[in-house]
Amino acid sequence: MTPVATPFFFYLLAGTMIIGGILVITRKNAVHSALALITTLLAQAGIYLMLYAPFVAGVQIILYAGGIMVLFLFVIMLINLERSQKERQFNKQWLVGIAAATALGGLFITVYTKGKALFPGSAASYVEEQNTQNIASLLFDRSQGMYMFSFEIASLLLLVAIIGAVVMAKKRI
Amino acid sequence: MDSLLHISTLHYLVLGAALFLLGVIGVLTRRNVVIILMSIELILNAVNLNLVAFSHYWQGLPARMGGGPGALHGQVFAIFVITDAAAEAAVGLGILIAFFRNKETVNMDEVNLLKW
Repeated sequence: MTPVATPFFFYLLAGTMIIGGILVITRKNAVHSALALITTLLAQAGIYLMLYAPFVAGVQIILYAGGIMVLFLFVIMLINLERSQKERQFNKQWLVGIAAATALGGLFITVYTKGKALFPGSAASYVEEQNTQNIASLLFDRSQGMYMFSFEIASLLLLVAIIGAVVMAKKRI
Repeated sequence: MDSLLHISTLHYLVLGAALFLLGVIGVLTRRNVVIILMSIELILNAVNLNLVAFSHYWQGLPARMGGGPGALHGQVFAIFVITDAAAEAAVGLGILIAFFRNKETVNMDEVNLLKW
């Protein structure tokens, strides 16, 4: 399918993501930050769709917006937040932090300005019907599945994370 | 004007860089641990956006350079990064609950047991 009105949707979704990101790092209430982060993640799923990555977009919505953010909200409900809202929200090194982030932003601007010619807009047509199949054959296929071992390591990582979370949340270790 | 209206890979990279910077500012300046963890999620999402954008770019390259519809390595890596984010969120929030049980606060400044 050829894309329709790409600049409009790109700037709409990008603006949503940037505004959501700014809200995440400026809101006093952590629940408001979490809701802004969910908005950002959903807009990013739209960006993935624009990049012909429907499987990653689905994983983003289901796992990030549906799983991880619910975990965040659950923990926010568990811990007491009324007192921390009355306190100072930014720490004493905020000036240094802004300076470091500005330096990093200058680095990004330099690199992207110098390397602009490396990324011409390609006019190739993309197939999105077999996206999930192709990802699965990279992950699981016996002949060309080059990421099978990494996939197994990821499952091991999740097991370790489960055990770690249970041990951390236990009352007495 | 034409470079603004013709969306190329660079636009996605700049968006990813902006998100990354927002996450870095959040990590460096906020005091609430929950919001610091959310800023880390922002950073991971910026990385994911870069990976998927480069995957898109690579698919558009000719086949002799490894391109084509099967060049989805960036998307596979994005899925691995999402897995890591899930593990990190689970362990980080577990640590946060243990910390809150001991100190009755969620401020990062209070985490100073190892501070010299």
